[in-house]
Amino acid sequence: MKIRGYLQEVIYFSIFRGSAFIGIALLFMVLVLLFLTGHSVIDWHFLTSFWQHREITKGGILPAIIGSMYLGIGVMLISFPLGIGTAIFITEYSKNSFWRKIIQLAIRNLAGVPSVVYGLFGLAVFVNFLSFGTSLLSAILTLSIMTLPWIITASVEALEAVPQKFRETSLALGATHWQTIRKIVFPAAFPGSMTGGVIGLARALGETAPIIIVGATFYLSSLPTSPLDKFMALPYHTFILATQHSSPYASSYAAGTALVLILLTFLLSLGAITVRYYYRRKKDW
Amino acid sequence: MNQEIIKIRSLNAWYNGLQALKDINVEIPRNQITALIGASGSGKSTFLRSLNRMLDTVPNTKTSGEILFSGENVLNEYVDVITLRRKIGMLFQNPTPFPKSIFDNIAYGLEVQGIVKKKSNKLWGLFRNTKIIAQELEKSQHPIDIAVAQSLKEAALWDEVKDRLNQSAFQLSGGQQQRLCIARAIAVRPKVLLLDEPCSELDPISTSKIEELLLRLKKNYTIVIVTHNMHQAKRISDFVGFFHLGELVEFGETKDIFENPCQKITRDYVMGNFG
Repeated sequence: MKIRGYLQEVIYFSIFRGSAFIGIALLFMVLVLLFLTGHSVIDWHFLTSFWQHREITKGGILPAIIGSMYLGIGVMLISFPLGIGTAIFITEYSKNSFWRKIIQLAIRNLAGVPSVVYGLFGLAVFVNFLSFGTSLLSAILTLSIMTLPWIITASVEALEAVPQKFRETSLALGATHWQTIRKIVFPAAFPGSMTGGVIGLARALGETAPIIIVGATFYLSSLPTSPLDKFMALPYHTFILATQHSSPYASSYAAGTALVLILLTFLLSLGAITVRYYYRRKKDW
Repeated sequence: MNQEIIKIRSLNAWYNGLQALKDINVEIPRNQITALIGASGSGKSTFLRSLNRMLDTVPNTKTSGEILFSGENVLNEYVDVITLRRKIGMLFQNPTPFPKSIFDNIAYGLEVQGIVKKKSNKLWGLFRNTKIIAQELEKSQHPIDIAVAQSLKEAALWDEVKDRLNQSAFQLSGGQQQRLCIARAIAVRPKVLLLDEPCSELDPISTSKIEELLLRLKKNYTIVIVTHNMHQAKRISDFVGFFHLGELVEFGETKDIFENPCQKITRDYVMGNFG
C-alpha cells in the first residue's frame, strides 16, 4: 500500500510538472523560432525606414510600428478609463439587482466574441454610420470596444475583492461615497484592473482581422497625420509578408516584424505595469 | 444624573421587514462610558449603527422615531450624514486600518474634510517613501501634522510608532492597529465615539491597553461601547444598557445593573446563565 501511494505521488507530480514544462517549452520555442528567423533583419534601418514594396530589403517597417503604437496608445486612452468607469458604476453605484447580473453576464460573454465580429460592428457603426471612414480612429474605437469586456471584468473582480470594511470605515470617518471610492476603493482595486488592461491591450495589438476591416492597409508612403487617415500595423504587415509576398526574404522579414510587435506590446504594457507596481506596493492586507 | 448628549425617543428599526429594535427610549450621558450588552442578535449593534446613520449603508433597513443629537433629529432625511459622522465617530470589531502608511491613516479623516496634505516636492516620493521625522512633525504648524501627533499621543500609540510613521499600518500588531483606529477616529475631534466590540479579537494585554485608553478618553469624549464581555463592561463602563430581542430591557448605572438589576432576565444574563 505504501509503495502504491508513493507511486501515485510520483505519477501525479510528473503529470503536473509535465504540463508546466510543455506550456513553457511551447512559448519558448515560438520565441526562439521567431528570433532565429527574424533577428538578422532587425537593424536600425529596418526600424526607421519607410516600406519599399518591390525590394523589401531596402525598406523598413517604421509606418507599421508607428501605426501599431498609435493604436495601442489610443486603445489605452479610451478603453482603460471607460472600462474602469463602468466597473466602478457596476460595483459601487448600481444596486445588486437582476439587471446588474444580466449586464455582467453580457459583458463576460462579449469577451468571447470573435474579433472579426467586432470588425464588422466597427465597419457598420464607426466607418459607415458615424462616417469616420476606414481610418485609425475607427480602428482605435473598434479595438477599444473589443478590449472593454476584459478590463471591465478584471476591474469588477478587483473592486469586489476590496474588503467591505474599508468602505464602512471610510464612511464612518465622514468621507463621502465618492471620496471613499477615489481614495480607498479605487487605489486598492487599481492593480487588478490594470492586469485586465494589459491582457486586453496585448490582445488588441495582436489583432489582424478587425483592423483590416476598419482601416489598416498594407502599403502607405506616408505616416498618418490625422486620426481619419489610414494606417499600417505590425500584425497585418506580418500576415502579408508571411503569406502574400513573393520575395525570398519575406519570411525572415515576417518574423522580424513579429518580433518588433512582441517588443512593442511589451513596451506599452510596461507603462501599465509600472503604474500597477506603484499601487501594488501600497496594497497589503 | 449627568447631562445627556444623545436622546433616543421611541426608536424602531427593521432589517428586511423584521423588527430589530423595538421602541427604544434612552439618554446617553455625556463624557461617560456607556456599555451595551446582550446576546448576539439582540439589536445592540443595530442601535449603535443607527446613532451615526451607518445603518444607511446596510441595504433594506428602515428606522422610525427620534435620535436627538445637538438639537437635531439624526434620523431626519435632510440631516447631513457626513457632518454627523464627523461628530459621532465609529470603530468596528476587527481593526480596520487602510492599506496606507500610519501617518496617512490618521490624516485620512482630515483630508476628506478638504485639508490638503503637505506635498513632498520630489517626484521620487511616488516610488519611495519619504521618511517622516517625529521631531519635525511635533514642531510643524500644519493642521494635519498637529492632528496626527496629538491623536497618536492621546491614543497612547505615539511612542510605539513615532519612528515609523511612513510605514504601512499593516505592520502593526492587532492591538496597535485598533489603537491606530481610535487615533484615526479622534483625529477629526468627534463628540461621541461608538465602538462595536473593539476588543473581541484582541489578546488580554492589548485589551487592557484599550480599556485604559478609553477610561482616559472619556474626559473629552462620550463613549458608547458594545461588548460581549461582562467583565469588560463592569471594569470600564459608568452606565450599562441590556438589550434582549430588540428591546432595551434595562438601562442604569453599571453597579446597579450588575448587583441589583430590576429584571430577572437581566440578572440571568449578567450572571452568565444565557448568552
